[in-house]
Amino acid sequence: MIMTAHIIPLFVGISLAGAFITSLLGKKLKMLPDVTGSLTTFALLILSLLSVWVVNVHGILVYNVGAWKLPIGIALVLDGLTAFMLVTVNLVAFLISIYSINYMERFTSKWKFYTLFLLMVAGMNGVVVTGDMFNLFVFLEIASVASYALVAFGTERHELEAAFKYAVMSIVGSLFILLGIVFLYSYTSTLNMADMAHILAQKGTSNIILMVSVLFIMGFGLKAALVPFHAWLPDAHPSAPAPISAMLSGVLIKSLGIYALCRIFYNVIGISSSLSSILMVLGTLSMVIGVFLAIGQWDFKRLLAYHSISQVGYVILGIGLGTPLGIIGGLFHLFNHSVFKSLLFLNSGAVEYATGTRDLQKMGGLSKKMPVTGTTSLIASMSIAGIPPFNGFWSKLIIIIACVEAGRYGYAFWAVLASILTLASFMKVMKYAFFGTLKEKWAQVKEVPFFMKLSMSLLALISLIGGVLLVPAVKEVFLHKAAEVLVQGTQYAVMILGG
Amino acid sequence: MMVYLLCLVLFCVGLYCVLMKRNIIKIIVGIIIMEFAVNLFFVLVAYRMEGRAPILSPDAEILNMVDPLPQALVLTSIVIGLATTAVLVAIAMRIYEKYGTFDITKIKELRG
Amino acid sequence: MSKEHEKGMSIIVKTITRLTVGLILLYGIYILSHGHISPGGGFAGGVIIALSFIHLMLAYGKEVALKKLSKGVASFFESIGALLFLSIAFLGFTGGYFFLNFLSKGEPFKLFSAGIIPLCNIAISFKVGAGLFAIFVALVLLKPEKGDKK
Repeated sequence: MIMTAHIIPLFVGISLAGAFITSLLGKKLKMLPDVTGSLTTFALLILSLLSVWVVNVHGILVYNVGAWKLPIGIALVLDGLTAFMLVTVNLVAFLISIYSINYMERFTSKWKFYTLFLLMVAGMNGVVVTGDMFNLFVFLEIASVASYALVAFGTERHELEAAFKYAVMSIVGSLFILLGIVFLYSYTSTLNMADMAHILAQKGTSNIILMVSVLFIMGFGLKAALVPFHAWLPDAHPSAPAPISAMLSGVLIKSLGIYALCRIFYNVIGISSSLSSILMVLGTLSMVIGVFLAIGQWDFKRLLAYHSISQVGYVILGIGLGTPLGIIGGLFHLFNHSVFKSLLFLNSGAVEYATGTRDLQKMGGLSKKMPVTGTTSLIASMSIAGIPPFNGFWSKLIIIIACVEAGRYGYAFWAVLASILTLASFMKVMKYAFFGTLKEKWAQVKEVPFFMKLSMSLLALISLIGGVLLVPAVKEVFLHKAAEVLVQGTQYAVMILGG
Repeated sequence: MMVYLLCLVLFCVGLYCVLMKRNIIKIIVGIIIMEFAVNLFFVLVAYRMEGRAPILSPDAEILNMVDPLPQALVLTSIVIGLATTAVLVAIAMRIYEKYGTFDITKIKELRG
Repeated sequence: MSKEHEKGMSIIVKTITRLTVGLILLYGIYILSHGHISPGGGFAGGVIIALSFIHLMLAYGKEVALKKLSKGVASFFESIGALLFLSIAFLGFTGGYFFLNFLSKGEPFKLFSAGIIPLCNIAISFKVGAGLFAIFVALVLLKPEKGDKK
């Protein structure tokens, strides 16, 4: 047990401490929630960058909470995939918490917002770091319940309706996940992920594992908004306040839905060809249906929400392929999508802050008055449409090449088609919202305040230079380590139990 | 075997309430029933034949106790259920004050 | 005398409440403190303690109960309970591990044994008891607003 492994529980500990300190003192001191929120997420970002370095130097780290030996105690595991997800989650969380310093002035009780926000970040960090099945469920629920309250934060009519629909569907999804965990526990009589993988490899597949796989696809698919289970997303993401939409669409559906799905299907149950085909079919359906439904939308945020469904389909298609190149493409697209989708939602928030509307047909020519917002929005739109040299282009290219290499030409065709339709959709957005002639009633709008500009520019910068993650020296350190964990599959168990 | 099937029946009763009832409060009750069914199933999985309650006292043997781990996990799960119920009821009460009705067929402003 | 008969429930309920609410609180503290020896522990004890305050509110009306435990105090106890739990977990670092059981274990089946477990139970009961009471108070005090405001 090496000394540097002690940073692992700090991810959960620091965010929980920040949340409770804000709830205790936030009402009395005016500046405390902003300062605590930003400092906590900044500290988490530094720790997560440190953890990438630690994983490269030391390999997989296992931390037994409370010094209870495996497989009795709860184990926290830090490997390549965990470090990758930690950087994604904490980077986006830090930039969004800076943005909300200015944006949430319009709402009452900012300390409640920061308490719930830090609880959600704590839940997401916990899901990513843990190595124990029931602990995964507990942190999943912490993050989900915090997000139900955050979607309903403004307590207007459509926000409450959207929050109720989202809450009911998400709770049903969590119950399916809990049922799956119960069946797995009764079959293997252990809760530790590595131990479970070991026992499942010995006992072989039986009918109960098929039922568990179906329950997990339903449950985690509901959390990640895959296509038969996507009905809550177009209502919940537009109605939430803009930083929360960015948080939900950027990191929550990925860390609760896609990360947990990958971890369980690749490392615990073991991927088989039928499972891989199911994931690819669901991914393709999401891609195509998301983009077709998005074309006819005139509400800015609703259009972005449908595009989220489509891009999550790309990630699942890449990861479902199972080949190393496909997994690298899928994970890279996950990181890119977090960055540019958050940027797009923050842009829509800035437009709403300045003009008060979300309807595309009422806007026009805003980029003359709001240059920073217009430029960052252009960068993000080109990124999501897949235009070189922005980061979206590289990840989509890798996914399409991986499909062609594996001989699945049909999937590659649908991927290219969806990409072309995404480009058309965002051309429409840019034309109606930012370019064109300025309408008279918008002659008084000003640029948004400082912190919002800062966070949007930083996200746009990352989006611009994101292609550098594919340079071989950097790829070894970051993406390759993450993809290796998934490619190894159930060998994960051997590495954890032996080491 | 019968007890597990009855747990499944309880789960399906809850699912029927969530899908088919029109009143928001009845949907919330349906979710609560589903959670209870899953917790009950979890505790029943832990039963061992001829087992005693897993409480250690100075004169007890360990060998014929039921499995205590699911009992601790179900305690956590009940707390989680309490928290989600509280959030749902708070949202439902605010929906009533904004829309004036508890009927979900009339609360349909978001479309498209 | 007439004011007391208007709020809350009938006089039979009020008399019985006056006699039993202290006993319910004491029972909750008993279950909480023997959490490491017999079934119960932090969550169950906390719920029973919250129930004693809610019982007071149901029988006497909300003003009397809010005088005993106001909203601000409940909110304070809730955060203090959570921070106490986290600080016990972080103190485990002195022994070398997060959440390590670093106090002396004592002999089994005695009241002062099992390291940090009774302290964690107390912290959890603060949070759960104050939290349940705060949920109840928030739902009771929700006044319907007129019109459609932000």
